[in-house]
Amino acid sequence: MAQVKPKKNGAVEKKLIGMADVVISAAQRAKDPTFAIPIRALSNVSFNPRKGLIEMGEKKQARSFFNVGMAKKFMQTMLVADALSELQRADLTTSLREIYYRTKHTIQDSHENTFDTQDESDPIIEDLEVSLVALREELHVRAENSGSIVGPVVFGDDGDRVDCARLGKGGYSVPSIVEPEYLEIRRCTADFLLLVEKGTQWNRLSEDKFWRRYNCVLLTGNGQPPRGVRRLARRLHEEYRLPVYVLVDNDPWGYYIYSVVKQGSINLAFESQRMAIPKAKFIGLSSADPEAYELPRNVGIKLNDKDITRAKELLNYRWFQKPAWQEEIKRMLANGLKFELDALANKDFQYLTKKYLPRKLKEKDWLD
Amino acid sequence: MATKISPPSSRFSGTPSQPDATDSEQASPRKNPLLVDKAAPRVTAVEMGARQREISVSEFFTKNRHLLGFDNPRKALLTCVKEAVDNSLDACEEAGILPDVTVKLETVANGQTPMSPSQATRFRITVTDNGPGIVRQQVPRIFAKLLYGSKFHRMRMSRGQQGIGISAAGMYGQLTTGKPVKVISRTGPRATAHYFEVQIDTKKNEPLVHEDKQIEWTQPQGTEVAIEVEGRYQKGRTSVDEWLEQTSIANPHVRLVYHTPEGETKEYPRTHHELPPSPKEIKPHPYGIEFGVLLKMLQDTKSHTVSSFMASDFCRVSPALAEEICKAAKVSPDARPRAVKPHLAETLYQTIQTTKIMAPPTNCISPIGEKAILSGLYKQIKGEFYTAVSRPPAVYRGNPFVIEAGLAFGKGPEESTRPQQAAMPLAEGEDHGHETELARVIRYANRVPLLFQQSACSTFKAVLNTTWRNYGMAQSRGALPAGPMVIFVHMASVWVPFTSESKEAIADYDEIQKEITLALREAGRRLGIFLRRKERAAGEFRRRNIFALYIEEVVEACNRLKGGTLPTEHLKEQLHKIASSRTGGLKTDEALGKTGVGPEGLPHSIIVTTEGIEGEAEVAQTPTAPVVSRQVAHTERHAETTAPVKPVRAPKIRPASGEAKPPSASKAKVVQQDLFVGNVSPGRKAALPKARRTRTTGIRKGK
Ligand SMILES: Nc1ncnc2c1ncn2[C@@H]1O[C@H](COP(=O)(O)OP(=O)(O)OP(=O)(O)O)[C@@H](O)[C@H]1O
Ligand SMILES: [Mg+2]
Repeated sequence: MAQVKPKKNGAVEKKLIGMADVVISAAQRAKDPTFAIPIRALSNVSFNPRKGLIEMGEKKQARSFFNVGMAKKFMQTMLVADALSELQRADLTTSLREIYYRTKHTIQDSHENTFDTQDESDPIIEDLEVSLVALREELHVRAENSGSIVGPVVFGDDGDRVDCARLGKGGYSVPSIVEPEYLEIRRCTADFLLLVEKGTQWNRLSEDKFWRRYNCVLLTGNGQPPRGVRRLARRLHEEYRLPVYVLVDNDPWGYYIYSVVKQGSINLAFESQRMAIPKAKFIGLSSADPEAYELPRNVGIKLNDKDITRAKELLNYRWFQKPAWQEEIKRMLANGLKFELDALANKDFQYLTKKYLPRKLKEKDWLD
Repeated sequence: MATKISPPSSRFSGTPSQPDATDSEQASPRKNPLLVDKAAPRVTAVEMGARQREISVSEFFTKNRHLLGFDNPRKALLTCVKEAVDNSLDACEEAGILPDVTVKLETVANGQTPMSPSQATRFRITVTDNGPGIVRQQVPRIFAKLLYGSKFHRMRMSRGQQGIGISAAGMYGQLTTGKPVKVISRTGPRATAHYFEVQIDTKKNEPLVHEDKQIEWTQPQGTEVAIEVEGRYQKGRTSVDEWLEQTSIANPHVRLVYHTPEGETKEYPRTHHELPPSPKEIKPHPYGIEFGVLLKMLQDTKSHTVSSFMASDFCRVSPALAEEICKAAKVSPDARPRAVKPHLAETLYQTIQTTKIMAPPTNCISPIGEKAILSGLYKQIKGEFYTAVSRPPAVYRGNPFVIEAGLAFGKGPEESTRPQQAAMPLAEGEDHGHETELARVIRYANRVPLLFQQSACSTFKAVLNTTWRNYGMAQSRGALPAGPMVIFVHMASVWVPFTSESKEAIADYDEIQKEITLALREAGRRLGIFLRRKERAAGEFRRRNIFALYIEEVVEACNRLKGGTLPTEHLKEQLHKIASSRTGGLKTDEALGKTGVGPEGLPHSIIVTTEGIEGEAEVAQTPTAPVVSRQVAHTERHAETTAPVKPVRAPKIRPASGEAKPPSASKAKVVQQDLFVGNVSPGRKAALPKARRTRTTGIRKGK
């Protein structure tokens, strides 16, 4: 656990203590202690076209103690709440994994563990985020750092000045919590921000100093961008008005990554307000690109059944209803192929830097 | 072996009994008498005639002792005990005395140094009873003349029937050891006791009296028989121990003390303090006799006309009905019985079979009764659930009979609540060992345990044909149900149809099968209810346990959240209350036996939990003022009674203050008999399907 700057904000702690009160007052009235937990599923999200955001619905799920199916989860919820409140009191941050270890023990007089795997504790933290309307950062829980940034931007991190234009090709490793209290953006002179799905492409662009030539910030989350990366993109977009372009593989997963960056995730829809970038643009790889850039068919990969089902699901999402998007997805299905960004190397190692992106930007060839 | 006995001849085609033990003597090679020796000269009818002569029963027996249960030394020992004990019980019951029987087995040193019981080949069997005693003149014939008895000529339920039992045992002893039978008998406190030593003259089937004198005897009344025999003592299946044990189950009104050859004393206390009602003697029912018997009866009758013969020598035949039968058979009602020609007798016989005749009276049988069966099972077998069913009387071939069934299920509360070891995950194809244990059937005919020829017995077939899966038991096709269960089946009848002379298995009559099946179904149905209820309660209990397990965690978490200021005990208590009310509350407690209230709807059943017994509780308890007889006081289930001898089954009583541990002064040993000596079958755990309800049917007429 890492020490952070002390804050005098007891709101989250009060909410956590309130959970104990739920139990105590229910017990007094001989009632079953119950929490109402917002449902984190597609069935309980709606797309707000005006804001361009996924918003969480009102549907809630009862979690009661005296129900055989829920008793254990209820108990686990209380244990996690307890651990989170401990973090608040001590003003420490921790990782999901450490929460898991902190709350895991054998129940007295039994052979039963409170938690058997981290898969049991992680969703409970998300449950608490949505029930208490507290961001994970506010709960002092870190995501893993797995993002990199390079470009004309200067941060203040724990009093250190971090100039991302002077960190070579490795760039700065994006911390998991990038709220202003933890990370200060001192200066940014870039014209736009390019969020790249894969680390390999980000490395290519950084090595080729693409950011210098096009005066942009290069950001990657190594796959599905973690919260810190998304939040940092959102801050640069909001505070420095940088347009955001998303560069992903041409497959259903790529589309989904783009949609999470743009309007938020279904799982944590309530965080869209602080994470989503409704104006983000999809720059590639588009299903139209193989033809436009004359990629041979043999560098494509046949869509598997899962891809096809997933693509069909995406076609039904409210936020993919724009005609251009319907066309985009249907084209991929029609081709029966998906393409990785890496496939551009078929033309030339520097094809991405030298040809593909310059042409895309010049032609303003992106999807909204 | 002291005397070499020729192997049994195959001349008598009866049904040679299959020896159940392996150490049979029949293995010795023998000549087939049907094979003609080519070299031998042919014999003439005259020569043959010279050899033809009467065979005395005793000679016959000498050669065919397997027919009477003396196949091998181990079985012979049991048969001797059985004959003597059966006689004692019959005599006591007929005289209206609660039986008090002592069985003593001692090894006899045969010249050399004494041997350990398992090695010894010679034993002295002494059986003492508190019965009516035997009048002096009768003693020699009873103990040293085959086919001499009081029971053969009556239609009345008793253990013995043929008048062969005890004299055969004595003769076996005489043949194998040369020793006479020693008898003490006293017919009352004012009478003198007599001591006899008798032997049988096997040629003549007549008694030889070696000793006949008055003696002093400590007992005021009763009989003591001592026989020295060649035998083998071995515990386990089909042993003397098992037989006495099972006898005690079906005869809870008997107090049995057993001195084993090892010098231990086992006591089977009396738990039922009433004598079974004395069975009435009846005349034969016309449906029950065979043609040959009819012919003989026609010859023997004292009546002067066929119709009066019919009306007076049979039961349920009124003079009017007798006339009617005669008319239908075209036999003159006034004809003299001895004058009836065989072919007319045959039509008479046929007519009887097709005439509607009322079923015989049933007071000639005295079933054990549900209470007594429960009491016996409970006393002898550790379990959680007991039930007993007595069927109404029914009739097969004119013989009234009653079927009774009982179940003892479970491992006993001590075992079922024993803390379980951490459940080990089973590998594929692995099975919990205990589920493969098969149920055990204990069979009785007129209260006598049947230990041999199980698979030939009608009772056993009925058990196999019962779908135990309907009652929550696992059962593979054509197999016994799997699980910790003892199935008790008793047939009481004036004439039990055995499959052979050795009286080991009950013959398979449809009427008998049907009655056994109905009794088993009813018992099974009750078991099913018990098991389902237990399952449900256990489910609720598991749920409650889950909550109880987590309450601790939740309360501690709340306490920490509240900065450690919470009155945790109070909160826990509140939550436990909610948990209990949400898991069936009292009902679960009850079903789990936590309240002491017996579950309703289970007639003639006992449910045993760690905390006590429920259901017919009084059955399992005995009057507080027990009858003290002779040197040994009764041992009772009640804590307040101190007893010098521990009961065979130490009761687990509701934890009461001052539970009296019987003093260990006596060398008597507690025997917690576990009847579940497992055969193993590929057991599967069965689901709990619906139980079927069986309708109780009344008395039905035989064919
Ligand atoms: N202990 C006893 N007390 C009183 N009478 C006895 C005793 N033992 C035997 N008897 C009498 O002796 C008779 C002969 O006994 P025995 O065992 O030979 O034949 P059973 O019991 O009639 O028939 P079974 O051959 O089936 O045993 C009995 O019918 C009974 O009247
Ligand atoms: Mg007898």
